Amino acid sequence: MIAAFFNLLIFPGFLFLAIFGLAAEYIDRIIYARLQNRMGPPWFQPLADLIKLIAKEDVIPCEANPRMFKMMPILALTAAVTASFYIPLWGERALFSFNGDLVVVLYLLTIPTLTFFLGGWYSTSLFSKIGAMRAITQLFAYEVPLFICILAPALLANTWSLSEMAAFYAAHPFYWTFNLIGFGVALIAMLGKLEKVPFDIPEAETEIVAGTFTEYSGKLLGFFKLAIDVEAVVGASLLAAVFLPFGYGIGSYLGFVIYVAKVLFIICLLALSRTIFARLRIDQMMEFCWKYVAPLAFVQLVIDLALKGVLIR
Amino acid sequence: MHKVIIPIGPQHPALKEPESFRIQLSGERITGFSVKLGYNHRGIEKACEERTYLQDVYLTERICGICSHAHSTAFTQAVEEIAALAVPKRALYIRTLIGELERIHSHLLWLGVAGHEIGFDTLLMYTWRDREVVMDILATTTGNRVNYGINTIGGVRRDISLAQVKDILKAVDILEERTKYYIDISTKETTMIKRLSGVGVLSHKDAVRLGAVGPTGRASGVDRDVRRDDPYAAYGELDFNVITDDHCDVYGRAVVRLKELMESYRLIRQILKNMPEGPIAVKAPRKIPAGEAVSRYEAPRGEDVHYVKSNGTDKPERVKVRAPTLANVQTVAKMLEDGQLADLPIVIAAIDPCFSCTDRLISIKDTKSKKTNILMWDDLHSYSVKWYRDKGIDFTKLNRKLQGKMS
Repeated sequence: MIAAFFNLLIFPGFLFLAIFGLAAEYIDRIIYARLQNRMGPPWFQPLADLIKLIAKEDVIPCEANPRMFKMMPILALTAAVTASFYIPLWGERALFSFNGDLVVVLYLLTIPTLTFFLGGWYSTSLFSKIGAMRAITQLFAYEVPLFICILAPALLANTWSLSEMAAFYAAHPFYWTFNLIGFGVALIAMLGKLEKVPFDIPEAETEIVAGTFTEYSGKLLGFFKLAIDVEAVVGASLLAAVFLPFGYGIGSYLGFVIYVAKVLFIICLLALSRTIFARLRIDQMMEFCWKYVAPLAFVQLVIDLALKGVLIR
Repeated sequence: MHKVIIPIGPQHPALKEPESFRIQLSGERITGFSVKLGYNHRGIEKACEERTYLQDVYLTERICGICSHAHSTAFTQAVEEIAALAVPKRALYIRTLIGELERIHSHLLWLGVAGHEIGFDTLLMYTWRDREVVMDILATTTGNRVNYGINTIGGVRRDISLAQVKDILKAVDILEERTKYYIDISTKETTMIKRLSGVGVLSHKDAVRLGAVGPTGRASGVDRDVRRDDPYAAYGELDFNVITDDHCDVYGRAVVRLKELMESYRLIRQILKNMPEGPIAVKAPRKIPAGEAVSRYEAPRGEDVHYVKSNGTDKPERVKVRAPTLANVQTVAKMLEDGQLADLPIVIAAIDPCFSCTDRLISIKDTKSKKTNILMWDDLHSYSVKWYRDKGIDFTKLNRKLQGKMS
């Protein structure tokens, strides 16, 4: 009982993910700043931002539905934290696992985007509503390629459990190199999921102020921000578990270091892409995702199916 | 999806100055557009009539925070024409030099803002860092980063030393290299081209019909530049190309501005090479003889027109300013026809708007009766007295007391 609570709330649950999420946000911001020839924030800035937001008053618009408005940030945070329990972090085994947990993780990681939609919709501001519409439109563009390119390695491993996938790739080193196209596709989809440039269309500052988050303030905004940070590290952990499955079984300390390095590597790639691109328009984003990214995901699927016929009989 | 009207402004992150755009949207598509200016009226024209000519030079300089030299030069040129002053050659060259340095800082600033509007903040950070080079040069040659205060009636106030010439040449070399890099980025970076080309199209015919000026017009193939067509200052003796482009879209406007930067570097090198020796100012009379003059100046944003009428005293009878944004703002509605909401910020930014320079008048609209009326100076004065009295604040006693003291 105590162990379960410890796992849920402290390690590797909420507290660890929150701290790791804030640290990842700092890394993201400092890399972004250094690449732009700026100083960047001090190391405690994300935490200070969070404390400041939590200390502030929540303002809920009169027109908004208060229950839905308040529920959305918590739901986003819960979904992101829950997803982490099924992902093998630094061992081959996740905290919990069953056959089919891959689908559950993908589903749980979709929930934050849905809460962005509902939160924006229920705050009834025009800017929020447009942001909400854009978030849900964007969801359809990146989610399909993401699902396909993550299911492809699972097909090769012949299991729908992340822990068993990790065990399979640990048993067959260098098989992960077959999935590099899928890794690229997943990175692009992660940019869309985390609403970062070039896919920060739902919160495009110069067009619709802050999109979904326009009416959010105080604790609720703080929770949303934390949810996005946690989603970033959980998403990166998922990518690391599926596409970079190596470094398991060499002791928990070294394994932990390798896990953190893998996640930060993915965070760095995301920060780099948000430095070198301009924001796309929503129609251009749809076109790009369906014309180029989705076919690439299918290519990955075909590669894995073919390999499955050749390598594993 | 049903139609919605969203307000962009008076306060909005895309806008640097207060102005109001109301956009009718159907989904992401813009179906209607209206502009409302007048949030920043400062009464500068009227204030000019209350001050002496020399004070007005500094006041007109403050019309715009970015093209301040453009306004003060246009004003001094008009006054010098009325007073028939022969401005020394060296002064004209220094004016031209500052004008071109100002163009560089304005265009680099624009490039950064354009980057920000399309979500490309890296470009903003890079261009604004490089803009500091030219800002430093302006600060060392004139004493100020903006509002240089170098013009005076009859010439300029500061000379350029040999050491400064060396500094400027060095800075121009750095800037030229950086600008080549930005031209490279803007013409090759895929996401940037996607966001710029085909956006905010203004055909050549529409540009002529709506009277677009400056880079906005030149990007639609309107081959007009006051520097060449009606040379002022030292431009008549300098060799430069007027950049035009036939893309007719935001991409074209970016290309025109970037190429104009390259021309400015050429111009500055020529100015520093050919700058004649001699005095930098002639003494101007305090009272300007009666007359009137119109002065044109090619500001970074387009043609800037000043009209000055004098009545023989030391204060002008009338000063009228037509800032370039006023000529360009009408084109925005045309550019946004069938546009997307996402393109709105960059299309507005592409005319390089300067709304507070443009505001010349406030008209008061009664939302109930739809009547519009314009307040004159006396009306405005009595309105303000009444407004304060209604609030329980009465300055009458204080006013009498002050007047009693003065007399």
